[in-house]
Amino acid sequence: MRKLVILGAGTAGTVMLNKLHPVLNKDEWNITIVDQDETHYYQPGFLFIPFGIYSKNDVMKPRRDFFPPGADVVVSQIERIEPQQNHVLLMNGKTLPYDYLIIATGAQIHPEETEGMKDGLWHKNIFDFYTVEGALALANFLKYWEGGKLVVNVSEMPIKCPVAPLEFLFLADSYFTERGIRRDVDFHFVTPLPGAFTKPKASLILGDFLEKKNIRLTSEFNIARVDNENKTIISWDNVEVPFDLLVTIPTNKGDDCIKRSGMGDELNFVPTDKQTLRSLEYENIFIIGDATDLPSSKAGSAAHFQSDILFANVMSAIESRPLRARFDGHTNCFIESGFGKGILIDFNYDTEPLPGKFPLPGVGPFSLLEETKMNHYGKIMFRWMYWNFLLKGQDLPIESHMQMAGKRK
Amino acid sequence: MTIKELIARTIELDSDGHLKNMNDWDESLANALAFEEQIFELTPDHWKVINYMRNEFKTKGDAPSIRKLTKESGIDTKTLYALFPKGPAKKAAKIAGLPKPKGCI
Ligand SMILES: Cc1cc2nc3c(=O)[nH]c(=O)nc-3n(C[C@H](O)[C@H](O)[C@H](O)COP(=O)(O)OP(=O)(O)OC[C@H]3O[C@@H](n4cnc5c(N)ncnc54)[C@H](O)[C@@H]3O)c2cc1C
Repeated sequence: MRKLVILGAGTAGTVMLNKLHPVLNKDEWNITIVDQDETHYYQPGFLFIPFGIYSKNDVMKPRRDFFPPGADVVVSQIERIEPQQNHVLLMNGKTLPYDYLIIATGAQIHPEETEGMKDGLWHKNIFDFYTVEGALALANFLKYWEGGKLVVNVSEMPIKCPVAPLEFLFLADSYFTERGIRRDVDFHFVTPLPGAFTKPKASLILGDFLEKKNIRLTSEFNIARVDNENKTIISWDNVEVPFDLLVTIPTNKGDDCIKRSGMGDELNFVPTDKQTLRSLEYENIFIIGDATDLPSSKAGSAAHFQSDILFANVMSAIESRPLRARFDGHTNCFIESGFGKGILIDFNYDTEPLPGKFPLPGVGPFSLLEETKMNHYGKIMFRWMYWNFLLKGQDLPIESHMQMAGKRK
Repeated sequence: MTIKELIARTIELDSDGHLKNMNDWDESLANALAFEEQIFELTPDHWKVINYMRNEFKTKGDAPSIRKLTKESGIDTKTLYALFPKGPAKKAAKIAGLPKPKGCI
């Protein structure tokens, strides 16, 4: 028997299992998937929890609901990969040998990377919304908050879903307006990037968005530490930003099992061929989703587009054919802009987000780089698509390579 | 390079004042770009950072983060800010002839 092992049963691992399981000959192949726990979280839904739009139950389902019948599932922490030996050591003491390995262990937040972040005020006045626990604690805080200085800070790039901090601000703007206390909340977005919108077309079209919504911007701010006593964040060049409520997007890193395997970069992301998704070091290892070091966005949509490419290339590899499928960096994101509207962006490694109609050129129903109600429905529908189609490895009505048709330069 | 040659050279910059074409870059140009940023002398430590950034950009297609810079160039964050006051990531990128760091939108 030949063995294929998938590490991580999040978005990308689950999709790959569902694509490979039905086609690999059962007499020849044994496919195993490993995850540390049994609950699948719909992470894009975390954004809505602080505002009471989604509850915990809206974003979680048992992982097993999404596995094909007869799949070999192991629930255990992964200790490390020994790529020279072609096997994986699990915390439960077992060793899993493999012929081919797919790494899909994702990325997690690490607030402890910033001095003072996890001291006194953590989950009292400082919250994240990248974990279900953080999002729920923030929801509880917001319910009782009467206003003050709201600071949203990105510690460093890259982060999962890079537009999520902006979406948080826009939804918070709606939320406080509806509660009648918007004028009592001072909004401040603090980012290490040179601006909220850094791509030429997006800056041109959305450039005044923060001003219109009365959100202050501090750019090129690289956080050095949190002063809990004075409720202030301080940058390496000693710029101080005071807060009453700090919503942080902490440093994102790949899982520690990557570090223990000696296979990651300084943030535990695995060096990956940008186009074929094969490991740059090992011929029989592939990486997908947030675990890669690709310059594409760490997003579920990108992981989904990668899955088509990876499926083709894994099939080629096991049949000793050259890897011909090429990932182009395609990502597609619905951005909540508040008050029941949304913006849609579609881009790849080489093409920045452009205006136009999507997915049908000239027709839509979605509008690119434009604020519409339909785009908001797209975001809401995405959760249903995610549970019912995407995770099961079924095709969505969107090409895995980015299309220029329908876009205006 | 003589003064005459320097004057004769035309360099195209993008809207952020970074080199449009990173192949235009050479060491004398780095000195000129540093001068514009009020850095009047490039020390060996400056060069360590600049060379690291160029290498990283060539292999990864992206300039490194501050964390990566300090971890892998062997220069700690405080020194980095002393070398390139007000934003090492951006200033060093400019002097190294690389584009400004960008987000996805
Ligand atoms: C707040 C927020 C909003 C987002 N919004 C969007 C959006 O609107 N659109 C979009 O496209 N994307 C969005 N994303 C990003 C999206 O959720 C991720 O890009 C996607 O889930 C990546 O899939 P993955 O399989 O690579 O990682 P994950 O889905 O995170 O899966 C990784 C899996 O590996 C397992 N694992 C890791 N280490 C170990 C170990 N040592 N042992 C055992 N198991 C392990 C984990 O338990 C996990 O199940 C958002 C993310 C967040 C946090």
